[in-house]
Amino acid sequence: MCTTISHRTTVTGCGKGPQGWFDLHHVNVGYDHPFRAPFEHAVSIDFLDEGSSTRVAVELSRESARELAKQILATVDEADAYEGEPARAGS
Amino acid sequence: MRDTGAYEGVVAETVAIRSTHGDYINAYYGRPLGPGPFPGMVLFHHRPGWDEWYREATHRFAYHGYLTICPNLYHRYGTGTADDVAARVREAGDVPDDQVVADGIGSIEFLRAQPNLNGKVGLFGTCSGGRHAYLTACRTSNVDAVVDCWGGRVVMAPEDLNDKYPVAPIDLTADLTCPLLGLFGEQDRSPSPAEVAQHEQELRKHGKQYEFHMYPDAGHGFFYYDKPAVYRAGPAVDGWQKVWDFLGRHLA
Repeated sequence: MCTTISHRTTVTGCGKGPQGWFDLHHVNVGYDHPFRAPFEHAVSIDFLDEGSSTRVAVELSRESARELAKQILATVDEADAYEGEPARAGS
Repeated sequence: MRDTGAYEGVVAETVAIRSTHGDYINAYYGRPLGPGPFPGMVLFHHRPGWDEWYREATHRFAYHGYLTICPNLYHRYGTGTADDVAARVREAGDVPDDQVVADGIGSIEFLRAQPNLNGKVGLFGTCSGGRHAYLTACRTSNVDAVVDCWGGRVVMAPEDLNDKYPVAPIDLTADLTCPLLGLFGEQDRSPSPAEVAQHEQELRKHGKQYEFHMYPDAGHGFFYYDKPAVYRAGPAVDGWQKVWDFLGRHLA
């Protein structure tokens, strides 16, 4: 690898890949040379099943990755308020 | 220059080669038609994997008269599209250096077993492949030339060493037994110009034969015509010419 910037988190949910919907198990987030995005480096987010055999991949610019993270947090904050309680495991 | 009236041909296909660890891996093998003898080249693919660019690079070296083997260094991470397999390697934290060297030396031995080899074998790689080519050249005396294109992390901090990267390639420089060509971009951060200078200093210290070229208007990956963000036509044209000149002098 040309950088060593890589993080992993387990997740609960579903993703849709070339073969249809599948159960998500974990997500790898990294910053390295993209396969497709038109940048020298990109923030890569791979949504994977348990065996890492099925993948939904995105490659983002740093700016758009930061904005996406903000919007996800804003959405979850609003969802917590809507539900009247913070998210618990599995919710 | 070639005569337009001359017959010429290239054939390329997937083959299996034996790693020195004993198992077999896929490789893409391209070679010119004709009895030869031809020099040989091992291509170490880059971080995005055993992809189309490296297939086409194999064709290119074969067109220029080299028996060219490009091993799939990610073979042990399953099959699929090159990017899906490379994503698995990324998830695993990269391929171990010792494994790559075993595959590289296995590739050299494959070429040395060919009846139409002229007895000379060179190594070429870009990005992580440049690092791998240099690393392999330092770990065997069975090679005649090496081309490192912007290989990052030849220089490594002690805290970056681990089971997969036990030794920084720069620390093996004393063991290099063949001439080295290095092509770099001044705008690159891995390797940075300072790291390239550090590598050059180590080569000088050990009296090694090398040629380094630093392109001011290029960064990382300036040969990659399929990556508009990094491709630089001028440095790429000049860099390829330097590759052919260098290999012509040392592998003919």
